[in-house]
Amino acid sequence: MATEALLYDAIRTPRGKGKSNGSLHTTKPVDLVVGLMHETLVRNESLDPNGVDDVVLGCVSAVGDQGADIAKTAAIKAGLPDTVAGVVLNRFCASGLEAVNIAAQKVASGWEDLVFAGGVESMSRVPMGSDGGAWAMDPETNYDTYFVPQGVSADLIATIEGFSRDDVDAYAARSQERASTAQAEGRFARSVVPVKDINDQVVLDNDEFIRAGTTAEGLGKLNPSFAAMGDMGGFDAVALQKYHWVEEINHVHTPGNSSGIVDGASLLVLGSEEAGTRHGLTARARIVATAVSGAEPTIMLTGPAPAAKKALAKAGLTADDLDLVEINEAFAAVVLRFVKDMGLDMEKVNVNGGAIAMGHPLGATGGMILGTLVDELHRTGGKYGLATLCVGGGMGIATIVEAI
Amino acid sequence: MSDFTNTIQWEKGDDNIVILTLDDPNQGANTMNADYGHSMHAAVEKLQAEKDDIAGVIIRSAKKTFFAGGDLNDLKSVTVDQIEEFAQGLNQINADLRGLETLGKPVVACINGAALGGGLEITLATHYRVAVDSPSVKLGFPEVKLGLLPGGGGVTRSVRMFGIVQALMGLLVQGQELRPDKALEMGLINEVVPTIDDLVPAAKKWIEAQAATGEPTVQPWDVKGYKIPGGTPSNPKLAMNLPAFPSNLRKQIKGANYPAPHHIMAAAVEGAQVDFDSARQIEGRYFVDLATSPVAKNMIEAFFFNLQEVNGLRGRDKDAETYTAKKVAVLGAGMMGAGIAYQCAKNGIEVVLKDVSIEAAERGKGYSQGLVDKAVSRGKMTQEKADELLARITPTDSADAAAGADLVIEAVFEAPEVKKAAWEEIEPVVTPDALLGSNTSTMPITGLAENVQRSEDFIGLHFFSPVDKMPLLEIIKGERTSDDALSKALDLAKQIKKTPIVVNDSRGFFTSRVIGTFINEAIAMLLEGIPAQTIEQASSQAGYPAPALQLSDELNLELMGKIRNATKAAFEAEGQTWVGHPAEQVIDKMLELERSGKLKGAGFYDYEDGKRTHLWAGLHDTFAAGKDVDPFAINLEDLKERMMFAEAIESVKCRDEGVIESTADANIGSIFGIGFPAWTGGVLQYIDNYVDPQNADRRGASGFVERANELAAKYGERFTPPASLVEQAERGGLYSESGTPATA
Repeated sequence: MATEALLYDAIRTPRGKGKSNGSLHTTKPVDLVVGLMHETLVRNESLDPNGVDDVVLGCVSAVGDQGADIAKTAAIKAGLPDTVAGVVLNRFCASGLEAVNIAAQKVASGWEDLVFAGGVESMSRVPMGSDGGAWAMDPETNYDTYFVPQGVSADLIATIEGFSRDDVDAYAARSQERASTAQAEGRFARSVVPVKDINDQVVLDNDEFIRAGTTAEGLGKLNPSFAAMGDMGGFDAVALQKYHWVEEINHVHTPGNSSGIVDGASLLVLGSEEAGTRHGLTARARIVATAVSGAEPTIMLTGPAPAAKKALAKAGLTADDLDLVEINEAFAAVVLRFVKDMGLDMEKVNVNGGAIAMGHPLGATGGMILGTLVDELHRTGGKYGLATLCVGGGMGIATIVEAI
Repeated sequence: MSDFTNTIQWEKGDDNIVILTLDDPNQGANTMNADYGHSMHAAVEKLQAEKDDIAGVIIRSAKKTFFAGGDLNDLKSVTVDQIEEFAQGLNQINADLRGLETLGKPVVACINGAALGGGLEITLATHYRVAVDSPSVKLGFPEVKLGLLPGGGGVTRSVRMFGIVQALMGLLVQGQELRPDKALEMGLINEVVPTIDDLVPAAKKWIEAQAATGEPTVQPWDVKGYKIPGGTPSNPKLAMNLPAFPSNLRKQIKGANYPAPHHIMAAAVEGAQVDFDSARQIEGRYFVDLATSPVAKNMIEAFFFNLQEVNGLRGRDKDAETYTAKKVAVLGAGMMGAGIAYQCAKNGIEVVLKDVSIEAAERGKGYSQGLVDKAVSRGKMTQEKADELLARITPTDSADAAAGADLVIEAVFEAPEVKKAAWEEIEPVVTPDALLGSNTSTMPITGLAENVQRSEDFIGLHFFSPVDKMPLLEIIKGERTSDDALSKALDLAKQIKKTPIVVNDSRGFFTSRVIGTFINEAIAMLLEGIPAQTIEQASSQAGYPAPALQLSDELNLELMGKIRNATKAAFEAEGQTWVGHPAEQVIDKMLELERSGKLKGAGFYDYEDGKRTHLWAGLHDTFAAGKDVDPFAINLEDLKERMMFAEAIESVKCRDEGVIESTADANIGSIFGIGFPAWTGGVLQYIDNYVDPQNADRRGASGFVERANELAAKYGERFTPPASLVEQAERGGLYSESGTPATA
């Protein structure tokens, strides 16, 4: 590798409930990003914004408030120099981590020196699916490619792996317990930046989706989210025509054991060692390897393991070398399947909870969990960490970092 | 001009209204053939040229029907290498219809009879549709049933009129046929008049009213700002449900090979997002793809040509008096007898339903009671009709009640001594020329005929369960069955609204013999470690209406075991060697485990209170212990084709042995009687027009033979193609071009 890509900072907004009564619903997505840009410059006062080459942001539903290249729009609104470019990308749920990986690749190639990366998604203002798309909306494509919604895919994973409703609820309760403990102990304090309004009043300063005291028994009372869609929507039939040996799908996922719909943004600073020195920055981690991969698109959510294995191979590491793993909790079964596929010790995985407790602001999540991973490696003195997400279309993404 | 026949008469009156009369002199019905194309083109050109002197246009028909639709002979024969020319013809037809609706003058369609498919498309290119209130008027798009879509603007216009959802659900995907009242309610037509004579005056009245407005007449979708009802996929309400359209279609057709509804849905949704002419182009592309595809050919062959043949005269003199049964003695009031009694009573025949006890006979009549009650509660039958129907059925335990019956249909227990007793009791009671029919599904007719004096009047009348729903009647000629008896049986089929096929006597006849090979093939897969659910999916995705193991449970293994033992014994008695099927050991084991099927409450499935719950969890360990097949490595196409090849090859053997004489009978019998996948066009059409899904270069009979040999090498001798088929493939022969229907 020509140049090493180093991570200098990683901050995020708190996650607000993604509904009209969520705290961040009154805040425009562009302002979520502008706020993080300002905070980055405040925290790193020696960073000369003229040295920033590009802003790479993930955003899944890049229409409406989030449309028309929100990365450059935010850069202009934040008052960054005209020379700072901006680009938005969409790799579904991996968009945020993809932004980080691309920024790392830009730096590693030697063609750019200092890049902002992250993502934004105001799910309360721009609902999931607002951007349409051929996969779901074009009947020919949808039919021919066996499209099913992710919830049905998650239930299919649980069915095939034999994860019971109790198993997934137990995992979800753990996520809530870990997240509320981490929040109470201030483990997110370094990274979470309060969102403020135009009067400088705090709108939200902490993840508001967490439900402390959640029990598996309580979760067990919730109705399955995807049973009706599977049956009346015909999607179970689609999945079963492909997974022909499965007699029926066990719909175990509920709002309680799936990721929450929330609003939020993340912003990270990546650069070369030389740029860090020039701007007086302290590196917190080294990007060791990145990877994307894919698996069968109808079951859709089994991509993390192939991606993680690919990244580990690039890094010359094995799963045993990892001190911590962050896997996005899109659905409980995704985590359980990944842990099984990789033969991981659960005690290394999502130690501070995840999206089931805190929510999954699509395009922003990848940047958020990478930041959480680096913070926790520092707190615990760990060395290697891996962040990964399952992705629409069967894709998987992984990033390996080494704490510095 | 070129040498085409004009099929459209032009007539202009003093009121400056042009009447175009559709009247193809070469055919009994108008179709969208080349002559129509030329004639309509000439008519539209003339209209455009003389537009200033025209007040309006009326399109009517001189035939009994308005217009029959596409020319199926043309559509059957169009091939992939003719696509360019075919698409050009289609585009011209559409350009002329477009010319009609953009003429600027009011254009009215006078619908005197059925306007289906292309006929309805012509009317949708007019501005106003008047239909006569007559039961012979049917409107709709039946194209989907022949593997096609309405390619004359039918998708494009119906979507613009009704919106994506209603056009798909109410017209296009199911191919519903609407009566005038329903069509008016829906808005498919604008006016209904009492008689044919009222059509033109009504049309003229509307034209005059239009003229009075002083505005040019245009279609709603040609008015700027027109919005499709329910909107396009950019409408959030539609967008929310749209992803579930294809999945529900998949669920409905079980993933089987039906490209037509798929293309219809795609054309409708894609077309809604663009302007009219672009939408029409998209529709046209999907239509051309369907028209040149094997499935449309298969379905046209089976559901138009074959069906016409089997329901036709079949050698009967069309002027001869037809046999009309007046009173039938139905022997045995079990499930089959009860269903046959209903079907006969429904079609006006007086029924004596006889069983050994009056209670059993009354239980049999109860079946009809249940059916009419349901029909009445759903508004499909009046109470009066229901009462009439029930009054025609007399349950009895006495043969004397059958006195004067001119038809007997025996449906008693399948045991020689029971049959014998039933016939000996009934024959002396009924009229001396009564047709003597047996509904046996397993016992040779020639042998059963020995139970009666008049064996020449004895014939097999094999109904399918449930009788009121299954359309087929398999008529079996015994060795001594007379032509007159066959003729009567064919007349009876028509009278009770069943589609007949005629076969010669043999154990299992045609249908039972062929379906057995399908079920055996499916059952044998269990021994290979194929998951039971995969077998069910393979049969469903092949296009069978019921999954194989589920069907086996319904039919009962006990019966299948008995048939096999009897057949085996008969084979050995004739000195032939019995070649066993791997399925036999599964069947024997299941019988040993007392899991014969639904009736027993245990089969390949578990049952609770007679209701199927789940596949029996013990299947794998019982039949494939230690064989852990990686499900991802299973080739589903192989499984599907094993089932279909088994039946097709058995059908060729039936043909070789003279059990079945006609290709049409084989095709229709296989689809209507035993659920052979309809997209194939039936067992023999499947061979004629075979396309290997894993190697599209392997086609037709020669492709079939090659694939059969491959399956034989992989799965067993039973797939070896019969010599006659190999010979046919080498010769390039087609079953569709040989074999005429067995005639009376």
